[in-house]
Amino acid sequence: MEHLIWLIPALPLAGFAFLLFFGKRLGEPLAGWLATAAVGGSFLATVGVFVTLHGKGEEHRQLTQSLFDWIPVGGLHVDVGFLADPLSITMCLFVTGIAALIHLYAIGYMHGDPRFSKFFVYLNLFVFSMLMLVLGDNLLITFLGWEGVGACSYFLISFWHEIDANASAGKKAFVTNRIGDFGFMVAIFFTFQALGTVSYTGIVSGSPHLATSTATVIAAMLFLGACGKSAQLPLFVWLPDAMAGPTPVSALIHAATMVTAGVYLLTRMNPVIAVSASWIPWLIAIIGAATALFAATIAVAQNDIKKVLAYSTISQLGYMFLAVGSGAYVAAIFHMVTHAFFKALLFLGSGSVIHGMGDEQDMRRMGALRKLMPITAVTFIIGWLAIAGVPPFAGFWSKDEILLFAYDKSPVLWFVGLVTALLTAFYMSRQVFLVFFGKPRWSTDATSEAEQSAAEVAADADEGGHGHGHREVHPHESPWLMTLPLVLLSGLALVGGALNLPFLARLKFLDSWLEPVVHLGEHRETVGSGMTVGLAILATVGALVGIAIAASIYLRDRRDVAEKVEQPVLARGWYYDSSISAFMGGPGRKAFDAIAWFDRTVIDGAVRNVATGVRETSGKVRLVQTGYVRNYAVGVALGAVVIAAFVLSKAVS
Amino acid sequence: MSALLAAEGAASPSFPILSAVVLTPAIGAIVVALISKRRPEVAKQAAVLFAVFTGALTIGVLALFKTHGAAFQMLDHVRWIKDPEISWSLGIDGISLWLVVLTGILFPIAMLGAPPHHDEKSFYAWLLLLEAGCLGAFLALDVFLFFVFFEIVLVPMYFLISGWGYDERKYAATKFFLYTMFGSAFMLVGAVSLAYLHAKGGPVTFDLRVLAEHQGVLAKTTERWIFVSFAIAFAVKVPIFPLHTWLPDAHTQAPTAGSVILAGVMLKLGTYGFLRYGLYLFPEASAWAAPGMVTLGVIGIVYGAICATMQKDLKRLVAYSSVAHLGFIVLGTFAITQQGLEGSVLQMVNHGVSTGALFLLVGMIYDRRHTREIAKLKGLQKPAPIFAAVFTVVMLSSIGLPGLNGFVGEFLILVGSFLTQRWWAVVAVTGVILAALYLLWAYQRVFHGEPDADNATFRELKLTEGLVMAPLIGLIVFMGVYPKPVLDRIEPAVTRLVHHVESNSDHREPRVAHDAERGK
Repeated sequence: MEHLIWLIPALPLAGFAFLLFFGKRLGEPLAGWLATAAVGGSFLATVGVFVTLHGKGEEHRQLTQSLFDWIPVGGLHVDVGFLADPLSITMCLFVTGIAALIHLYAIGYMHGDPRFSKFFVYLNLFVFSMLMLVLGDNLLITFLGWEGVGACSYFLISFWHEIDANASAGKKAFVTNRIGDFGFMVAIFFTFQALGTVSYTGIVSGSPHLATSTATVIAAMLFLGACGKSAQLPLFVWLPDAMAGPTPVSALIHAATMVTAGVYLLTRMNPVIAVSASWIPWLIAIIGAATALFAATIAVAQNDIKKVLAYSTISQLGYMFLAVGSGAYVAAIFHMVTHAFFKALLFLGSGSVIHGMGDEQDMRRMGALRKLMPITAVTFIIGWLAIAGVPPFAGFWSKDEILLFAYDKSPVLWFVGLVTALLTAFYMSRQVFLVFFGKPRWSTDATSEAEQSAAEVAADADEGGHGHGHREVHPHESPWLMTLPLVLLSGLALVGGALNLPFLARLKFLDSWLEPVVHLGEHRETVGSGMTVGLAILATVGALVGIAIAASIYLRDRRDVAEKVEQPVLARGWYYDSSISAFMGGPGRKAFDAIAWFDRTVIDGAVRNVATGVRETSGKVRLVQTGYVRNYAVGVALGAVVIAAFVLSKAVS
Repeated sequence: MSALLAAEGAASPSFPILSAVVLTPAIGAIVVALISKRRPEVAKQAAVLFAVFTGALTIGVLALFKTHGAAFQMLDHVRWIKDPEISWSLGIDGISLWLVVLTGILFPIAMLGAPPHHDEKSFYAWLLLLEAGCLGAFLALDVFLFFVFFEIVLVPMYFLISGWGYDERKYAATKFFLYTMFGSAFMLVGAVSLAYLHAKGGPVTFDLRVLAEHQGVLAKTTERWIFVSFAIAFAVKVPIFPLHTWLPDAHTQAPTAGSVILAGVMLKLGTYGFLRYGLYLFPEASAWAAPGMVTLGVIGIVYGAICATMQKDLKRLVAYSSVAHLGFIVLGTFAITQQGLEGSVLQMVNHGVSTGALFLLVGMIYDRRHTREIAKLKGLQKPAPIFAAVFTVVMLSSIGLPGLNGFVGEFLILVGSFLTQRWWAVVAVTGVILAALYLLWAYQRVFHGEPDADNATFRELKLTEGLVMAPLIGLIVFMGVYPKPVLDRIEPAVTRLVHHVESNSDHREPRVAHDAERGK
């Protein structure tokens, strides 16, 4: 399999190219099946490479393959090459695996959409870009994938482009990400100047000789890039809006894969972070922890089923950055994988709910769906327990590991993480209780229309969107194409923790597997085993407390208490996004307008004034040309006199 | 002309392909002008035939070009005037090669993709004359000959804008003509004084290679002044901030074919001029002026992008985006590094392809809707998804998405200029953010949303239009994925140019750290 690394990205690329030209002719559902097969094939190829890699000795687990020179100029040499090592193959495994399941799901979800085949064109292109991002053997190929996934994200968020909000959300995602890309590009320039190469093997071998200042700038700039792609403070604003895309997109791109690219990048570049100034890891950890807490507080008060999950994703990504900042790269990757399982599951589950409810996304108009959508409900509950950190579900193990390292870094960071964990358990329980338990708050007939629409008016005034007008709702379970991926993902969310169990060194598969990639940067935690168990128990208690509080409010339908919790300031995300929009739309736009005015009036005005001046002067000079011979004769006479005087004066002297 | 051709045939035993490249469109212009006015379709066919034949000749030049040659190739030399020595002297190297090929490809595309609405015959005749002028300017190895070609192109472009343009075409054409003439006047003075001062009383020559290869004849200050006189002409042509305001007017008012050629080819006369008659002819003065030029380039990047964001006219927006893109080329040129210069040469070609394609698309929008005002366009993606897809690819190329051509040039310029002008390069990267902002915002307003009644019937891309766009899209993808064949041919000439500047000035290209892997 060593020479077949290229197949991993090539298959989705081939699927993209084929569907681009023949997708419409294939139509529904064939186009979807073909796309799924392409990604499935890519998964099989990844498994092949994984087996080959795993069969080698630890120090030989690094396969490279170079296809051709991309940008060879002078000392700069960039090729289109792949690096298959434990880190990239781990990424590829879960990316292709989850992508294949989501492709399958999308065949059902996108049923009947007039742009069915186009959806899969974009989806395959996305998977290709994502695989280039993780498999690239140098920073520039990673950047190629990085921008590629950004472009696909843009296409897919604005997939239903007739609605203005979707189009705006797509543009916002791309432009915000470009601010991060600024950092990424500058980091590439610094790396090239300092090391003369942008390949990862060159960076790993050269990084110990990097000056601290250079390493610091590179790490800080990469972190800026990561903040954009992985939706961290201050650049997270695009991700909640990105939920405008179809739900499979939210699951695949905006939860499981693309948004983890920032974590991947920092993990890949861990040797550089290791030699950077010590405030860099601190900065990463603090931003991560702050984002985790900040987003969790917002998630508490969201009513849109997907918005809760969006803020939850931001919050969970914050955990991963907390891990990276604490030197716990393995824990970050571990949480990335388990998060991919349960968050993809939760998003797909929410999509199943939205689908079954006839495109309803407001949780206040759901309730008691567990009997009508049993498979969705059971799998969603597994996902809920996993993200809430209840043992033995996957999320417990990975989150616990992060908290452990955070405690080693600073108890304050650990405490922020613990509060976030409690909030996570709370808002996820709230979601589950609102959607699947309690009384139904939707109506199946027209009798209660009056009171329903009254409630809707109130709700819309509060939420300001997603008013779908009043219509009958007949909740139903989704087809098997959609439930099968749910079942498979719930299995993974259940046992995903087995990747890295803490009890015995032998069970820590990820630790030893990723060791060759992260050994330069990985922190060795020093917490005693008694303390470890204590922290784990505390985290579990936190999760259970969060669930219990949510149960006491939402299972009992205590609207009065709920209203106290769901503060408007939280529902509106601490007014962060609206402040930025107000600034951009107000002073920002005025400043741009002022420059455009300056160009019209001052720069071009100067040019026009010169032209006018020349015309006016020449207009006056022209008056001399009267056309009367007598005037010219006077001129000639005067001239003759002057010349004569001049000649005479010369002759005299 | 015919006497000249005969002399040419006698002078060099092999076929003078470069003279053929320049003279074919010129002869074509005469032939088309002689065709009866009542047979416009014949005029069009003849014009396209000549343009395609010229394009084929430039491809022939590409095939004959020796990849690893740094010196000028395929030289043609015929004496024109004995004293001062002025010659019909043509030659090509890696810097001009791709511009010549681009010109050869872009003219037939502009002719086929944007036919005029009246007076076909003279339209095509002017276009062919314009092509001859552009090719001559890129190929000339004689300062005076270059000046002649540099000026010749103004005339057909003036008539194209004023004859086939839009409402304010007279104003725009006059502004364009006077503004560029004003710049060129400085160059004429500079060129003449250079030749005579360089001669030091001996035989006067305008031969570029003689003037450029024998450095140190002029006093430093004199040389710098003469450089400035050339630089003003080029700065207007590029255009460089703050001499750019003729461009939006000219672009907006020009007919589509005129805009395509103006952006795709004619602006490059300025950036090409900076390379050939700046860095090569005045290496010391160029290195001296580099910080100032880089500053103006970066201002152009940011300023042009901000102005583009606020435009209400789609064509004007694309025109301002050219100011930003050309700023990148100026930055890369005056960074004077291998990567920066190669990126600049590549970006000239990239910009020609991408912006040419953008103008064609905007022209198609105008033909369908009779407006370019962004506010009046809405939701075009719904009735015309293929048109929107083509627009998207071109737009992403212009934004600099990796995998498409724009990125390669932009990246090389930035990484190269980072080595010598670190902080200006960092500021220039913000232009990458702004490019996404103005193009995606415009795209959203024009293509997204629910179309109103006027826009709902927007016609989808026709087959013929698709065939015109196809080669451009092909180039956009190919040069983004596999730019190596292009870069390989640029590299020797650029290396030679960098050495030329280094050996004649204090400028030194910084060495990047040793790369242990580079040999692999």
